[in-house]
Amino acid sequence: MDFWFFLEVLIGGLLSGVMYSLVALGFVLIFKASGVFNFAQGAMVLFAALTFVRLVEYGVPMIGAAVLTMIVMVILAIVVERLVLRPLVNQDLIILFMATIGLNYFIEGMAQTVWDSNVHVLDLGIDEYAAFEVGQAFINKFDVMAAGVAGALVLVLSLFFQYTAIGRALRAVADDHQGALSVGIPLRHIWIYVWSTAGLVALVAGLVWGSKLGVQFAISTVALKAIPVLIIGGFTSIPGAIIGGLIVGSGEKLAEVYLGPFVGGAIENWFPYMLAMVVLMIRPQGIFGEKIIERV
Amino acid sequence: MIYREAGQFKTSYNSDQAILPIFQDRVAMVLMLLFAFVVIPIVANDYWLGSILVPFLVLSLAALGLNVLTGYAGQISLGTAGFMAVGAFAAFNLQIRIPEVPFLLAFVWGGLWAALVGVIFGLPSLRIKGFYLAVATLAAQFFIEWLFTHFDWFTNYSTSGVITAPPMKMLGIAFDNPLNKYLLVLCIVVLLAFAVRNLVRSEVGRAWMAVRDMDIAAAAIGINLMKTKLIAFGVSSFICGVAGALWAYVVLGTVEPQAFDISRSFEILFMVVIGGLGSVAGAFLGAAFIVLLPILLNNLGSLFTGGQVSTGTISHIEYMVFGTFIIFFLIVEPNGLARLWQIGKEKLRLWPFPY
Repeated sequence: MDFWFFLEVLIGGLLSGVMYSLVALGFVLIFKASGVFNFAQGAMVLFAALTFVRLVEYGVPMIGAAVLTMIVMVILAIVVERLVLRPLVNQDLIILFMATIGLNYFIEGMAQTVWDSNVHVLDLGIDEYAAFEVGQAFINKFDVMAAGVAGALVLVLSLFFQYTAIGRALRAVADDHQGALSVGIPLRHIWIYVWSTAGLVALVAGLVWGSKLGVQFAISTVALKAIPVLIIGGFTSIPGAIIGGLIVGSGEKLAEVYLGPFVGGAIENWFPYMLAMVVLMIRPQGIFGEKIIERV
Repeated sequence: MIYREAGQFKTSYNSDQAILPIFQDRVAMVLMLLFAFVVIPIVANDYWLGSILVPFLVLSLAALGLNVLTGYAGQISLGTAGFMAVGAFAAFNLQIRIPEVPFLLAFVWGGLWAALVGVIFGLPSLRIKGFYLAVATLAAQFFIEWLFTHFDWFTNYSTSGVITAPPMKMLGIAFDNPLNKYLLVLCIVVLLAFAVRNLVRSEVGRAWMAVRDMDIAAAAIGINLMKTKLIAFGVSSFICGVAGALWAYVVLGTVEPQAFDISRSFEILFMVVIGGLGSVAGAFLGAAFIVLLPILLNNLGSLFTGGQVSTGTISHIEYMVFGTFIIFFLIVEPNGLARLWQIGKEKLRLWPFPY
């Protein structure tokens, strides 16, 4: 086995894994704070990216477009809280899950009705194909930058959760809804904060994925790649999302390169899920998830 | 006044545990079956039979299969379309390799293979629950899709990957026109629906519901979790496999992996949730809703816009309306359409008196 080639594949996998983590983060945030598995995260990524790229195309400067998009995402969060989450308080998890799938349809439809369904080029001023050499391995600069962005985002979110008043409130809500309510934490505001934060994460993920793949419908399916990441890392852990991403990214690339040729290729689609299944068999709550305690 | 059980005395355990214990229910069932078997074939035209009723029945069957697993046994599955694909491909392969096999036997064969695969992918359910399990079943979905796309043996080395389903012939009758197909599908669906209804009132069915409500408690009262969960996966996948074979043979006329992608799985899960978890009638109501709504939206869309707006935009708006309807229904009646049906029955019991 060629060591440098192995290294190149491994690093490429790790970096693309970090990009999955970016999407997985959005899932984790909402799951942590409301116990809802938000299937619409992929659609939110698409919607944020489309909004941004269309605003830029209308001549809005990048910073302004980012701010405007963020405002749109906050409005979306408020509307979702008011019209979807609030009427469904106390329902079974599967009902909430189905509601977010409905939301997924809605946002996908809306994103493409309001804007359009063409492929848009998103140029953040970085060359996607530039690479530098480490020994004899080529490493894509764009991927390194994306990984840096993801790392920074995780750091900021972790600090936010750990040290701010809102962060503490979010953790309290995640622990126990009723307990949080009884010490005076307004649940509704918290949900808006969380969905807005998830919107921010969606925007960042949308920008990164959008400049890699072009802003198009396909980036909403990246969410399906993020789900095994989530499972391996554990639904409730922010660092878990990153570690899960690294495992999935490197695992799928290595499997594709070294295992793929023997079984006909294109195993990237299911390999992460199989990996997730194996991890779950050993640790049912994922690597960093909170232990599931059940009482009769 | 009309719908009440007063005066209907049960004198044996058998009559007390009948599938339809109330006389009015039996009458309603007979009327419904008469309607489906006699009236519809007379009044419906080929478009209705071929494009609406047959797909509706086949998808109801798939929803029924998933309802056994999710509604009765409480295990969420997102791999339904994968199990359907197994059924379709197993039936096809049996017929391609041994052409003498009658197609009904091939359907059963497809169902059995789907059941086997379902049990294998059900094994993780012994360790993991809820959403984690749902994701594990996604593994089944993606793996099966990949298997049928990448291994030519399954598609009999067809170059296009799309294969025409073998013609269906039995006892000298060719099932090639919409009416025959409709009656064929109807027979299979009615048979399996009664089988499920029968199964869920048996010991197995009660064990499923106990596991659904709380599996630890169920284990504590002596229910074998492994056996119960795996039977649920097996039965559910069998029905889904038969539905998949029907979908390929009767509805599409082709056997192709693309017909069984993940959006099909979601569609069927929607049917189960909107129709009502843990209800045989719910599977049918949910399927009717999900099959008819897009057709309705499509017609309304072209009616209102009069062809002014591009078809792309219309289909996006349809997505939005579809999503809105789903959320709306979940908010208004989280227990599904079957619950509305039940409320209706309660009302009928008292009618015309207020209480």
